[in-house]
Amino acid sequence: MQVPPPMAYFLQQLINGLVLGSIYGLIAIGYTMVYGIVGMINFAHGEIYMLGAFLALIAFVALSAIGLSSVPITLVIVLVVSVTFTAAWGWTVERVAYRPLRNSPRLAPLISAIGVSIFLQNFVQLTQGARSKAIQPFLRGGVTLYGGGDGAFAVTVSWLQIFIVVFTTVLMIGFTLLIARTSLGRAQRACSQDLKMASLLGIDVDKTISTTFVIGAALAAVAGMLVTLYYGVIDFFIGFLAGIKAFTAAVLGGIGSLPGAMLGGLLIGLIEAFWSGYAAAEYKDVAVYGILVLVLTVRPQGLLGRPAIEKV
Amino acid sequence: MSGDKLLSVEHLTMQFGGLKAVNDVSFAASASAITAIIGPNGAGKTTVFNCLTGFYHPTHGRIALKSQHGTIELQNLRKHQVSARAKVARTFQNIRLFAGMTVLENLIVAQHNRLQRASLFSFAGLFGLPAYRKAEKDAVERARFWLDRVGLTSWADAQAGSLPYGQQRKLEIIRALCTEPVLLCLDEPAAGLNGSETAELARFLRELRDEHGLAILLIEHDMGMVMGISDHIVVLDYGRKIADAAPAVIKEDPAVIRAYLGEPEAA
Repeated sequence: MQVPPPMAYFLQQLINGLVLGSIYGLIAIGYTMVYGIVGMINFAHGEIYMLGAFLALIAFVALSAIGLSSVPITLVIVLVVSVTFTAAWGWTVERVAYRPLRNSPRLAPLISAIGVSIFLQNFVQLTQGARSKAIQPFLRGGVTLYGGGDGAFAVTVSWLQIFIVVFTTVLMIGFTLLIARTSLGRAQRACSQDLKMASLLGIDVDKTISTTFVIGAALAAVAGMLVTLYYGVIDFFIGFLAGIKAFTAAVLGGIGSLPGAMLGGLLIGLIEAFWSGYAAAEYKDVAVYGILVLVLTVRPQGLLGRPAIEKV
Repeated sequence: MSGDKLLSVEHLTMQFGGLKAVNDVSFAASASAITAIIGPNGAGKTTVFNCLTGFYHPTHGRIALKSQHGTIELQNLRKHQVSARAKVARTFQNIRLFAGMTVLENLIVAQHNRLQRASLFSFAGLFGLPAYRKAEKDAVERARFWLDRVGLTSWADAQAGSLPYGQQRKLEIIRALCTEPVLLCLDEPAAGLNGSETAELARFLRELRDEHGLAILLIEHDMGMVMGISDHIVVLDYGRKIADAAPAVIKEDPAVIRAYLGEPEAA
């Protein structure tokens, strides 16, 4: 198959953008879900993602130390360790820092969230050190879609990129089904509309909110693990930028809307990749926020959000 | 009073700062009976409901409900246990439907606990396993049964918020019924309904009492309806109980007439 070089370059950026976007989307779900159910922005969510990345790194290093070489087994163990412990963190943070403030003015849990965020950053910095940590490249190799002979541009997809996109897609489909057709999902939707009424119908609201935080943290842990594998380098500060990006994704898609978070994540990944590919890479964040401002000017509720309706 | 009371409220007091919204109120309600709570505005009727359903923790008093597992003290329950454990359901003066969900979904949410038990931490629900599908089918059937009873079947897939006002009232009541309550607390269910809708509601409440053996607690300002369907009326005024008797007796009670119409001018 012959692809003209500009087309090949475009394709490569598209692949890079999809990978980045699916990771942002996973994190953004946690923001939008928590906002939907308790109406607060969980500013510590980026740090939860960072914890997921570190837990994955620790598990990964431990597994290579004992000489485990099977790729699928390593992946499964790293995933289970990272998701389990990060979910436990998510549960604890809600229990300790947010639940006691649920009936306080809106600013209180927000400040509490910023506090948790600073705490987690410092905690990881103290226990893991401030320097960035690296792992051995994992899951090497890939497919060359279009081999550019004579120095022409080659389009390659690594196995890892394929894994990331396929895995996040499966997770997002599973998650959408969970919300759409399980009793838990229905309870979450009911709670996001009217917590008091939901409890009067026998729904344990505290448990539903805890579960929401646990699911959000688990998805963020997966994102953290994927980033660790993808870039191979992490540090205690990665949660900040990724958190802000994913939050932006959630707002872009319409905060409170789950498809919106996935779409927003994807768009931000694509904008970053294309801007870096065609314009100045150092201005990619400017491009992302510029587009956010544009979209919000035209649609304040975000792309898929519902316009705010006065609650009665 | 006989010992077959389902609900007994004993010396209930709810104090907000210096104000006693409910002051030492005791009454009882039986199964298969409609008990109305009436009184002028601000008499403390809704406060009693809020104490019954876990919204307020009463300052003093005891709210005991008989169940097959023995007596449950409602004032000690957490909010969701009032429905899940004690089987007490409630509607509000202002309608509180899940407006963004369909009519059917509103009714299925009300059956959350039964479905949640069948869903094995959501795995059975996620993968559509037979046990969960069976539970969900039962839930839909129960919902359809009540939709049919109040003539809302054709609205099943509409957004709850898009229903006309009268239909929303009905939906709110049958949603409460989907939790399979033993005691149904209705806060002004006839508010905003026209004459024929009110008559239809009265007929429906009577059927619930007679066919389903439900105990109904009713706060209502429509005196025609209250006198027509109640078996027993409790009258509150300024947080105190001033009368507690059958409708015919209440109608003639001088204290009640005074509370509603004021002191007669000195002749």
